[in-house]
This record gives sequence, structure tokens and C-alpha cells, in this order.
Amino acid sequence: MDPLTPKDVDHIAQLAYIKLSDEESEDMRIQLTNILGHFASLSSVDTDGVEATGHTTDLNTVMRKDEPQPPMDQEDVLRNAPDRDGEFIRVRPVLE
Amino acid sequence: MTTHSANSDLYFSTARELRAKFDAREISSVEATRTMLDRITALEPKLNAFITVTAERAIADAEIADQRLQGTGQEPTALTGVPIMLKDNFSTKDVETTAASNMLKGYIPPYDGTAVRNLKDAGAVILGKGNLDEFAMGSSNETSAFGPVHNPWDTDRVPGGSSGGASAAVAAGECFIAFGSDTGGSIRQPASLCGVVGMKPTYGLVSRFGLLAFGSSLDQIGPLTRSVADCADALNVVSSHDRRDSTSVAAPFDDFGQDIDHGVEGMNIGVPKEYLVDGMESGVREAFEASLKTLEDLGANISETSLPLTDHALAVYYIIAPSEASANLSRYDGVKYGLGSLDAGTSAQSTEAARGAGFGDEVKRRIFLGTYALSAGYYDAYYKKAQQVRTLIRREFTDAFLKFDALVTPTSPGTAFKIGAKMDDPFQMYMNDICTIPVNIAGLPSISIPGGMSEGLPVGLQFIGPQFGDTTVIRAAAAYERATAWHKNHPLI
Repeated sequence: MDPLTPKDVDHIAQLAYIKLSDEESEDMRIQLTNILGHFASLSSVDTDGVEATGHTTDLNTVMRKDEPQPPMDQEDVLRNAPDRDGEFIRVRPVLE
Repeated sequence: MTTHSANSDLYFSTARELRAKFDAREISSVEATRTMLDRITALEPKLNAFITVTAERAIADAEIADQRLQGTGQEPTALTGVPIMLKDNFSTKDVETTAASNMLKGYIPPYDGTAVRNLKDAGAVILGKGNLDEFAMGSSNETSAFGPVHNPWDTDRVPGGSSGGASAAVAAGECFIAFGSDTGGSIRQPASLCGVVGMKPTYGLVSRFGLLAFGSSLDQIGPLTRSVADCADALNVVSSHDRRDSTSVAAPFDDFGQDIDHGVEGMNIGVPKEYLVDGMESGVREAFEASLKTLEDLGANISETSLPLTDHALAVYYIIAPSEASANLSRYDGVKYGLGSLDAGTSAQSTEAARGAGFGDEVKRRIFLGTYALSAGYYDAYYKKAQQVRTLIRREFTDAFLKFDALVTPTSPGTAFKIGAKMDDPFQMYMNDICTIPVNIAGLPSISIPGGMSEGLPVGLQFIGPQFGDTTVIRAAAAYERATAWHKNHPLI
């Protein structure tokens, strides 16, 4: 396969919401290109008409009754928020 | 460090032997727990197997267990009063749970996972949380944000991973049983490198609710122990059908150990030749050949077989697992819990900064790999293709189990390697799991047990069974264990 370009890595970083330094980006580009190169042989396996396996239990959609359960304690849930204001979690503005 | 022989006996007792001592009133759970906590204090500077030790809680739990053992309260179980460790990717209510990541330092879960709940209900005494590769991504325990774990057989070497704290603690006698998770070998490979028993049951038999998710279609909880019988007992406790995990299934048998005494006479055991890879260390190969001879002497019918798609398993795994991981780890946005970024900027910028700072190199690498494999234009070539080959790998196993009761292979192509030796080459590191990965792809049960020594380091022997053939791999492993003494070797530490 063709090596990934710095632009490819920037695009993935954007999709993954991960900020990388310039040095990290270049390392990532080289390593991903190397790893993906090892996977190229997969294209040689004939999979025409083969169904994809998502998981192995052969279960279909599992349903249960929609019954209310006791909720978690509010304080237990809120105590882990990095930025909190009383019973609210504070977030950055979505738009600049 | 001075070791009294009485304590030394206790450190390396099996959980069953400890339970017998409880029943004979030779020792109480509180005494056993204190002995373990002292052992942990003495050894941790060398091993770093624990991220968190919960000494006060453990003593309090042991006091309750002692009452239960004395007949007041609920009927005791095989694990009542037994000091155990949980890998630090198990959600534990009110006890910090980090997944060995800077992203989750300080995170105090508001709930117990189902496996944890089952262990608490059984009266097990939780000593603390075990070190691991960050988010269970690694084969050497070197990607932990809390530093590497050292192998008790040689502290310059890795314990394997990602359940490296668990395997080191069981091998060194810091606990009697540890519970880990296995996505591509993360219980069995460290069990192999530390000379203990480790089992990944059939996918679905242990609830994943409260296991910090890595690759959801592959992740499975299982025990690391010093005997096969302890492994069966431990699985009986943690395994349950759980409505909180929609991939959870009830075991089609009552007791993981129901066939443990049956031996291997007449059993058909296949040796898939593709698992004896080119790069396999000669000491591992020799130990494996000797093990095959032992199994034959016990009356098993051993024959070579071929699973040609094994050669593609690594690629399938390193597409599917990172793809699932990239989706699972998208929840770490630095808002509700985990590392936040309080710098000015937009919500998106704050999330990018938190994730950039919170995740280590290997975790980022896998998120990038998975994000790429799932992205527009590449989905069919990578993710869908890998899932189709996954179907074919499953079929290949299914066909093999028409002929064989179980398969046997080395657990890992090498013994414990030096800390730092493989960190610069991710692909070389991934090769450590070449013999364990196909099992997760197919969702099968598999156990690694001590199967020899090579240059003073343990070698693991792996049995693989058909789906829900958990009792069969335990049966074969127990027969081998009875015929050999490898499990009685303990590190001098």
C-alpha cells in the first residue's frame, strides 16, 4: 500500500478527537504505514459471499422489559466531573 | 527479607488449600489477609503489580468472611475469605479505577461490575487493583501510566500483558487468585510468562458489565490461579447470565470443574502446525514437544492438524480490536469523568486536548488504527474484510472440533523478555499474541498452564476447546497438571 501522508494522519486525528504534536504525528504516520503494510495479505483471502461476524454468541437482538430501576446516587456520578458547578457539569462553549 | 517457612507455605498455597485451612481452623481469613498485605508491602518495591492496595477494606471484608466461615451468616463458597486481586480495568464502587491510564487517574466509579458483584457476594477478599497495560492494550505491561510490572522470576523482565500485575501477583504469592481480562491473550500470555494458570472462558460466560471496554466482541473476564481446580472454582463464582450485558449467555453446564478428574485417556487432541511459528524460541518448542509426549503417555491421541487461516489471524485481530477500541474509547471526552482540559476554547478543542494528554502512545496508536479502518473509503477493505475472514476462521475451528476434542499449542512463542526489548517495534510486540489471538476471534474457551521451563523461565501450554467446551479444556489441563510438577515451581523472591 502507499504510505500514509501527513494529511491522512491529520484527518484521522480530527475524526478521533486527539491532538498530536508534530513529532507524534510523524511517528504515527510511519508506524501506521508499517502496521497496515502487514495487513495487506488479508486481501488475498477469498471472502466472496461470506457473511461478516460481529460477535460469536449467535444471539440476536436481546430484549428486556423497560422497567425503572433505582438510579445511581447523584453525588456519586457528579463527583468525577473535571469541571463542576453544584449539581451541574460545566462544559466549554460548543461554538466559538 | 526474611521468610518464615510457615508463611512461605501459605504464599504459594492454592485457594483450595487455604480454604481447607480455614475449615480446619488453622488460620482465619483475617490472618491470611494480613499475611498477604505484609507480603505485598515487602514485594511491591520490586514488582509494582498493584496500582491500588485497599488494606482497610480487605481486613473488614475478611472479618465478615470469617463469620461466614464460622457458620454465622450465608453459606460459604469456594472463595469465601480468599484474598484476591482485580485487574484495574474492573469497575469497583468507591475504589479508584484507572485502567492504568492518565485519562482515569482519580476516577472513583459509582458502581461495581457484575463480576465484582459476584465475587463480593461469594465473600472473596479484594486486596486491591492490579497493574496492566494502559486500557489493556499491550503484551508486556510496559504501557501502564503507573510504570512497568516486573516478572517475579527475573525482575529485569516483563510479566507479559496486559494482565501483568495479575500474573506477577499470583506467581509471587501476593494473592491467591487474580482476575484479569483477555481480548487477544491478555490473561493467557502473562500466565505463560509468569508460570501460572490463566483461563479465558467461552465468550459470553462472564458478564462484561463494568469491565472497562476495549474490544467488546473479544473481551472476556477470567481468572489467574496457581492450580486448575482453583481456576474452575473461580469461574463458577464469576460466571453468570446478566441482563446488563446483552452478549451474556448462561453456561450450558453447572460446574466448570465437572470433568476435572476424568483424565485425557482416549481424548483426541490436535496440534495445529501453524501455531509452531518460525520465530518460536527453541526452549519453548522443546518444552512443547515434551508436553505432547506427556499427554500421549496419559493416553491422549495426539495428531497434527492444519488451520491455514491462522496466518491471517493477527491482521484480523489488529483491525477488529482497534476498530472496536476507537469506538469504545470515544466516551473519554473529559466532561463527565476522566482527565479534563480546562483551557479556554471550544468543547471540541477541549476534548482534543484532554485526549491528547490523557492517552499514552499505544492507546493513541490503536485509536488511530481503528479510526482509519472504520473511516469512509476504507471500511470495506479493512473492517468488513476482517469480519468476513473472522467468519472463515470460526468455521475452520468448528471443522477442527468435528475431529478433535481439544487443540493444544504453546501459549506464546517466547518466554519473558527484557523490559524495553520490544517497545520500539509495535508489530514485534503484537507477535507475542500470535498463538492466543485466534481463540478470541472465534470466541472459544482456552487455558494456559505451566508447561515447562526454558533457561530458568516458565513456558506455557495452551489448550483450546470448542465453544462451551470449557469443561473439556479444564479436564485436559488438570490431567496434565497431575502428571507434571511445573506448577509447583515458584520464583525465589
